Amino acid sequence: MTDNALRKPKASAKTSGAKKVAAPVTAPRSTPAKKTTARPATATAPSKARATKKAPAKKVDTAQLVSFYRDMMLIRRFEERAARAYTEALIGGYCHLNLGEEAAVVGLMSALRDTDYLFTNYREHGYAIMRGIDPNRAMAELYGRVDGVSKGWGGSMHMFDMTHRLLGGYGIVGGQLPLATGAALAIQYRGLDEVVMCTMGDGTANIGAFHESLNIAALWNLPVVFVVINNGLGMGTTVAKASAEPEIYKRASAYAMAAERVDGLDPVAVFDAAQRALTSARSGKPFLLEVMCERLRGHSVVDPAKYRSAEEVAQLAKFDPVPALAHRLVHDKILTSAQVHKIDEEETARADAADAFAQASALPDVTTLFDYNYATPVANDSRRLPGDPLFAVVARPEVVR
Amino acid sequence: MTMKTYRQALHDTLRAEMLRDENVFLMGEEIGVFEGSYKITAGLLAEFGDQRVKDTPIAEEGFTGAAIGAAMLGLRPVVEIMTINFSLLALDQIVNHAAKIYGMFGGQAKVPLVIRTPGGGGQQLGATHSQNIELYYAFVPGMKVVAPSTPADAKALLLAAIRDDDPVLFLENLALYNTKGDVPDDDTPAEIGRAKVSREGHDLTLIGYSRMAYIAKNVADALAESEGLDIEVIDLMSLRPLDRDTLIASVKKTHAAVVLEDDWLTYGIGAEIAASISDGAFDYLDAPVRRVAMAEVPMPYSKVLESAAMPTNDDVITAIFQTLEAVGRRLKKVGQSHD
Repeated sequence: MTDNALRKPKASAKTSGAKKVAAPVTAPRSTPAKKTTARPATATAPSKARATKKAPAKKVDTAQLVSFYRDMMLIRRFEERAARAYTEALIGGYCHLNLGEEAAVVGLMSALRDTDYLFTNYREHGYAIMRGIDPNRAMAELYGRVDGVSKGWGGSMHMFDMTHRLLGGYGIVGGQLPLATGAALAIQYRGLDEVVMCTMGDGTANIGAFHESLNIAALWNLPVVFVVINNGLGMGTTVAKASAEPEIYKRASAYAMAAERVDGLDPVAVFDAAQRALTSARSGKPFLLEVMCERLRGHSVVDPAKYRSAEEVAQLAKFDPVPALAHRLVHDKILTSAQVHKIDEEETARADAADAFAQASALPDVTTLFDYNYATPVANDSRRLPGDPLFAVVARPEVVR
Repeated sequence: MTMKTYRQALHDTLRAEMLRDENVFLMGEEIGVFEGSYKITAGLLAEFGDQRVKDTPIAEEGFTGAAIGAAMLGLRPVVEIMTINFSLLALDQIVNHAAKIYGMFGGQAKVPLVIRTPGGGGQQLGATHSQNIELYYAFVPGMKVVAPSTPADAKALLLAAIRDDDPVLFLENLALYNTKGDVPDDDTPAEIGRAKVSREGHDLTLIGYSRMAYIAKNVADALAESEGLDIEVIDLMSLRPLDRDTLIASVKKTHAAVVLEDDWLTYGIGAEIAASISDGAFDYLDAPVRRVAMAEVPMPYSKVLESAAMPTNDDVITAIFQTLEAVGRRLKKVGQSHD
């Protein structure tokens, strides 16, 4: 991803020993409950496992870790900036954020090759940016401007960029699964060494398209990785209340498909798991990867999440991957506290710049309303505006026939 | 020209397009080993292999959506949905995805997909297997919906649909598969979005598509012979886009219209036609636009009930005569006041 490469400054892995971590500012700013380490009740109950594989003891790639942190911080600040613009009514529609899922997004996207494809759902801003799409164009899409990644036609839920092989955010739960399966079919048809990744939320595991698509993918040995981001909540409904088998990765066994569950708070674990999944898919064995995350805020910006208890919300900060990684970087003496803060400042500036770019971008000209009616123009394509008559009123000539 | 059935015209066109373009491939239930529920794809698996003639599981949402995804990457899938009734299981993929992807992403991805599917009753298949619900797709911007009534049009419209870069629902009809007609040997595609005047006349405009266009032509020819009536027949051919100009031009000439449809009358395609005529030729009409449509019941199984529910030649003839009577009354009235 060349854009990403350009965006990221060289990671400076060598650091002098830092003694302290100043707590990074993260959302939500709730008081951590110090007594308990249990996960929020909604998250993964009744399953306790955060991962099906123990992380192997391997040498940490410090440059990668710093790079992950920068990416995660960009997503964090971008999403916070988007939330602010939304509450200021500068952007419309729905606005679903990746807050709490940054490690999962970064780990997954870093494992993809430039030639691989991504299909995702409506919670996709972070994915778009990590695929290499300029944050300016992602933010401009939220603002409905011409420079938006979908030219203002898609909005928050429908970002698309063929160049970076993001084949869409999709607003209908489960809608992207058959499409991703078909894209994998096209890759197989052409004998290419590419893979499709298809992400979804935990609620998607209960919809028919999930079953049909996993069955077809396994039946036809298609190069596709299905990724369930399990944040414990489908809007306000817990996984336990929606899924007869809440350990979603186990569903794969019904399709003779390999599967794994991984801790979504650890970007390296996610990256490694995604690589295993992609390698499997590239050899014609589709894969189901379940990534355990937390949703730090409501379903969308406007959702106050009153269905979560105060205790539960209080615990959420402990499962925030961004400060967790900051702590690790400093604790392991990979970065100094000052360097961590500098990254935060730089990515905050990046998010602010994206917002400024979006605000400065032009609104679409209404004369372009019919520009995308059809890819192949045809006769009698309707171009009438709501108030237009179908036909100009013509009086019948006063002729007796 | 070669005389062949509607079924043979479809088969031969699919085969020719697969030979012409290796991106064209077929997907659907029972299209390969079983050779198709209605045998349109007979012999194609043996000729092209299972990568290009893909038998699918019974999973309309899954395989229709997969075809859309493959189309986004540049393949040109032709999906067979065994009957249009089963397309309801793929409604989300067709309406929310195939029809939206080009516009919703600002023109960045095309969906060159064809969904072939037959509608129609009359086979004693009962309520869930006899519907005409092409309206659901014709309602949606981003879709193209075509409905040939003759073997020649089946070929020309299928060529157009396969070569088009947008999702096309290609409506066939169970009652038409065995009908015969001359089919041109060259491969000139039809123009999607154009209706056809399949018989010129001055007395009344008779409008239909698919099976009802076939009936319209037959009835008009018979009434010319037996009654000396000069009826103009319009075969819509394309339901979206709808060629209103051809309709209006005809009604301005004939001053009366009867619309034939195999679907239900209320909110049906005939309602759109009638409203369009009202918009474009209100002042030219000498009688209300009359609609002949299916009775508003779930299709019954018993033959006598099924026949009663479906429009017949006699229903069409009755509607024509009643409309012409209304025209006559009006002409008399106009004559008295103006002549």
